Formats: sequence, structure tokens, C-alpha cells
Amino acid sequence: MKKLLKIFSVLLLICSSNTFSFAAEKVDYLKTDWSFKGLFGKFDRASLQRGYQVYTEVCASCHSMKYLSYRNLAEKGGPEFPEDQAKAIAASFEVMDGPNADGEMFARPGKLSDKFVMPYDNVKAAQAANGGAYPPDMSVLVKARGGGVDYIYSLLQGYEEAPSGMTLDDGVHYNKYMYGNKIRMAAPLSDGLVEYGDGTTATVEQMSKDVTTFLMWAAEPHLEARHQMGFKAIIYLIILTILVYFSMKKIWSRVESEV
Amino acid sequence: MSDHDYRPKSKVGQWFNDRLPLLTLANHLTDYPTPKNLNYWWTFGGILTFCLITQIITGLTLAMHYIAHADMAFESVEHIMRDVNYGWLIRYIHANGASMFFLAVYIHIFRSLFYGSYKAPREIIWIIGIIIYLLMMAAAFMGYVLPWGQMSFWGATVITNLFSAIPFVGEGIVTWLWGGYSVDNPTLTRFFTLHYLIPFLILGLVVLHIWALHVPGNNNPVGIDIKKPSKDTVPFHPYIVIKDGFALLMFMIVFAFFVFYSPNILGHADNYIEANPMVTPAHIVPEWYLLPFYAILRSVPDKLLGVVAMLSAILILAVLPWLDTSKIRSAVFRPLYKQFYWILVADVLILGYVGAMPAEGLYLLIARVATAYYFLHFLVILPVLGFKEKTLPVPLSITEPVLGGSPNLATARKKESKIE
Repeated sequence: MKKLLKIFSVLLLICSSNTFSFAAEKVDYLKTDWSFKGLFGKFDRASLQRGYQVYTEVCASCHSMKYLSYRNLAEKGGPEFPEDQAKAIAASFEVMDGPNADGEMFARPGKLSDKFVMPYDNVKAAQAANGGAYPPDMSVLVKARGGGVDYIYSLLQGYEEAPSGMTLDDGVHYNKYMYGNKIRMAAPLSDGLVEYGDGTTATVEQMSKDVTTFLMWAAEPHLEARHQMGFKAIIYLIILTILVYFSMKKIWSRVESEV
Repeated sequence: MSDHDYRPKSKVGQWFNDRLPLLTLANHLTDYPTPKNLNYWWTFGGILTFCLITQIITGLTLAMHYIAHADMAFESVEHIMRDVNYGWLIRYIHANGASMFFLAVYIHIFRSLFYGSYKAPREIIWIIGIIIYLLMMAAAFMGYVLPWGQMSFWGATVITNLFSAIPFVGEGIVTWLWGGYSVDNPTLTRFFTLHYLIPFLILGLVVLHIWALHVPGNNNPVGIDIKKPSKDTVPFHPYIVIKDGFALLMFMIVFAFFVFYSPNILGHADNYIEANPMVTPAHIVPEWYLLPFYAILRSVPDKLLGVVAMLSAILILAVLPWLDTSKIRSAVFRPLYKQFYWILVADVLILGYVGAMPAEGLYLLIARVATAYYFLHFLVILPVLGFKEKTLPVPLSITEPVLGGSPNLATARKKESKIE
């Protein structure tokens, strides 16, 4: 058994050392408590709803979220807006549909089954409107950046005056967490930019946290289900392993040998 | 072996078995005499079978929802992650399953290196194993291309471009591989086809691998030939089945931690950015399990020689049974080899580490030294060691480890207690 534990720890060591070399990030990101981390991590529902508000009122004017549908807003494990509220949200957007019986395209109010309406018709239009830079789609943005949520959270609060000696082109901003410190996006948040319905004070820090939580959910909509199932699966495996261990001991007691 | 005399008890069984001896096979697999001193490093064969089956089942399920088209692949993966019932679970098992598969195969290979399992009469088992390993790398590489993210696209570009190093026909071969003048939709569809095919080739080779194993039987930690069946062996069922099962469960716990709690930690963030031929990522790195070979490739300044070095690093393993001149199998009785073995393990880990780092400055120097040592180990140290090394006395059998056979009883006893 001792030997086995040794093997097991070697295995874990190999795993962790491998992950370590990749997770190594030199930048010190701003830290905050993420409710969705850890074995039982869950999203903070109110934060998700506020985060959606920040996304739709601020980010969505440039950033698309093309893999999400309005129905997702009412689904379990997400912001969990009541269904009629999600319907109202969908209906507040104008969706191009068609062609109809006359062969014409037509605009209609959005439905739950519609994908999030995109701010621009295509990538070229997005670039043209943003000085040549394409505002990336936000559906899986937190998974597409090395630092994940901490990176996004920090970036939103990382706008500063450029250090002396650094010249910035027109339309380029200084951000201490951006790779290379130069970013096309102007500081998107400022205190009081949105008015939260639940009375939370909309500081830049608060909005950053809320919208990052929302982005995490957008990228991993089944995170809560995953954590819940993972806990059950691992408990089940551990119990089964213990049972099999004693069966093994029993069976091997018939021969003179160690297991 | 006794199973040749096997006769089913029932009439129907006999009738069937005379025409297709499946029951004889089942009996052979159950009774198969296995050395009773096998340690837990021997359980990885069973674990690898589990990995292969898991990859095939999850892969088939993913293939029902995945769309192999350059414009739709990335979106279809997101569709699997969001809208397919438990699609996230199946995809995360498949993606992390590849890493777990390689983790297990590396342990399996290094177990073989330590206990000399590749030596006569098991050379064919070993060579089939190396072919399986090569196919695994091909399957894993092509599988990584399928989500059509940035790392998929640029990884495919870098690796396929290696073939352009071949003199005269290189460029033509690359165009032929791509099915065009760059990595594009034709590349994706053929990679998908091959990614679907290779696991079944591996499955066939696994059958041969096990068949070839069942002729001489398992090697064991002492590395001596044993009589079968005898006091030194136990029947495969239930003894080895339950032990493999127990080890598999331990393995599954580690596996589950990755799938449920850090499913993306072994992947690269850039692969969640849709492939864009106009934007090259800052660092193009392969998956962790290919890093040692990537380091060898980059440590050679010449492109063609780099490719040759990388391929040689793998193919050299196929001739290992003839490079190792020692008659003694187990490193337990080879004090010098044992030390060189651990140096090799460290060397490969170092290669893996520098493979993930930019190829410049100190990293490049370390990569070069480690690459040189890798070849030195197989081409010089192993052949010479077989002649020079003073090995320890080897026991005659597993149950009677020291009686009679050993001129130095005390050393053998000491060794024996360590094996247990």
C-alpha cells in the first residue's frame, strides 16, 4: 500500500508539474473572490444578472456574443432571469428574418430561440468602425486568454497614463495588463456608468467583477452542473476504490504475496 | 499452457467451440498464468486499454455532432459544449482523455525500460508498442486540429511544414498533404477521416500486442524467466483483474479531477480563438506530451537534420532490444543501469520543459545538451554498459529468490526485500 501511495503521488506530481509550466503567468493580476471557483463553486446569480446588464449596455455595442441565445438567460445555472423577463429582453432586440412568402427579408422582435444580435454585420464592418481592430467575440473570451477571469478583471481596471517615454498612436490606449500594454479599446467602464436595478453601487471594480462573472458563465454555461457532477463522481469513485481495495486484499490473501 | 486441453462442459459449448474456439480463448484469458510479483507499474496496460476504449466511445459520440468544415468546426464544438446533452462532459473526457492516455503510455514505456521488458523474447511486443505509440501521436495531433482553433491551425501548419525539409520533393509532399496551398478545409476533412481511422488501427495492434505478450507471458520485477503455471504465477482472473481494476479506479480519480475541475488546464488558451490564417500566435506550442520531441526538433539548427533527429528519437526505441547488450533484464540487478535510467527520465522531463519555452538563449543550450544526452544514452551508454557493468546475483525463481542460485546470499536478500 505504501508503494501504491508513492505511485499515486508521483502521478499527481507529474500532472501538477505539467500544469504548472503552462499556468505560469508572470503578471500579477488583480485578485478577487470568485464564487465559481473550488469544488462547490457556483455563480452568484445577482452578479450574473448585473453582469448581463453591463454587457448589454456597454460591451455589446462593439463585442458580439454569437454562440449565446436569449433562452440561455433563463436556463438553470445561468443568470436565471424569469422566463417572461428573458422574453422581454429578447423582444427588445430587432432580428432580421426571412425571406417571407414574398421573398422579402423582414425585421421582427427577437425570440428566446434567437442568438444574441451582433453589433456589426461582419468582421470587416466591426474593424471599419473600430480603427482597424476587431473587438473579439465574447462567447468564450475568458477561456481564450491565458490569465482567464483574473486577466479580464484586471484588464478592465488596468487603464493608466502611459509611462513617460512611451508614445501611443492615435486611438491606442495604455493598459498595464494588456500584452504589450497597448490596447485599441478605450477604458470601457467608469464609476456610475450603469444604474443597477438592485441598488448595488456601480463602481468600476464592481462592474468589472460582475461582467467578468457573466463572461465566465457565457464561456462555461454548464459550470455548475460540472462541479456538482464532479463531486458526486469523485465520491462514488473513492468509495468504490475502497471497496475494491478490500476485495483485492481478500482475494490475494489466498496466495503468499503482497499487493 | 493448460488451456489447449480445455473442453467446454455443455454440448452446445462443445459444438460451438469445435467450430470457433472462442470459449478456449476466454478460458485462456481467464487462466492466463501471471507472475505473482507484478507491481502496480504493471497495471498500466489495463489502464491504457481503458483509455483507448474511452477515447473511441467519446470520440464516436462527438463525431455525431461535430462538423468537419473550416467554417463550421469551431461553431460545432461550441454547439457540443452548450446545446448537446452532456456534450461538455463528453468533450472534456475526450480532450483530457488524450492527456491521460499519454500519461499512462509514458509510465508504461518507462516501466518497460526499467525492468527490461523489451528484451528477448519480447522484442515483437515492444516493436508493436512503438508503432502504437507513433499512431497515438498521429491521432492526438490530428485530433487537436479538429476544433479549428488558433493552435489547431498553426500547429497543423508547423507540423505539416516539417515535410518540406525532405530534399527535392518536400514542397510537393506538403501541398499533397494539405490538399491545397495552405492548411484549409481539405486538410481538416482528411485529418478528421484519419483521426477517425487511427484508433481502430491501434485497437487491432493492441490485440497483436496482447497476443504477442501471451506467448512468452509477462516479464516481472525480478526480470527472470519463470515456469508457467507454477508457484510463481497466479491465474489472471481474479487476481490480476481485481488488482488492475483497483489501479484503474485510482487512475480514474485523477482523470475525474481534470475533467470536472480543471478541464482546460492541459490545453492552450489560444485554441478557444477561432482559426485565423492572417494572425500567427506569439508562441506555437504542441500539446504537453509532444514537447520532448518538439525540443529535439528545435535544438538542431538545420531544418532537415532537426526532423531527422526528432524521428530518430522515436525510431531509436524500436531497435532498443539490440542496443541494450545486457543479458539481465531488471534494473534491480543492474546498479549502474539503474542510475542511467533515472538520468534518462530527468533528461526527458527537461526536454519537455524546454520544449514549452521559447527556443533561445539558455533554453536552447539546455535543449541541445539534453538532446545530445538522449542519443548518447541509447547509442553509447546502453551498448557499453552491457559489457562493462557488474550485475548483482539474480534469483532463480520468484518464490525461492536466493536459494542455490546466488553466490552472495546477503546481497540477494537485500535486493529481494527491496523488490517487495
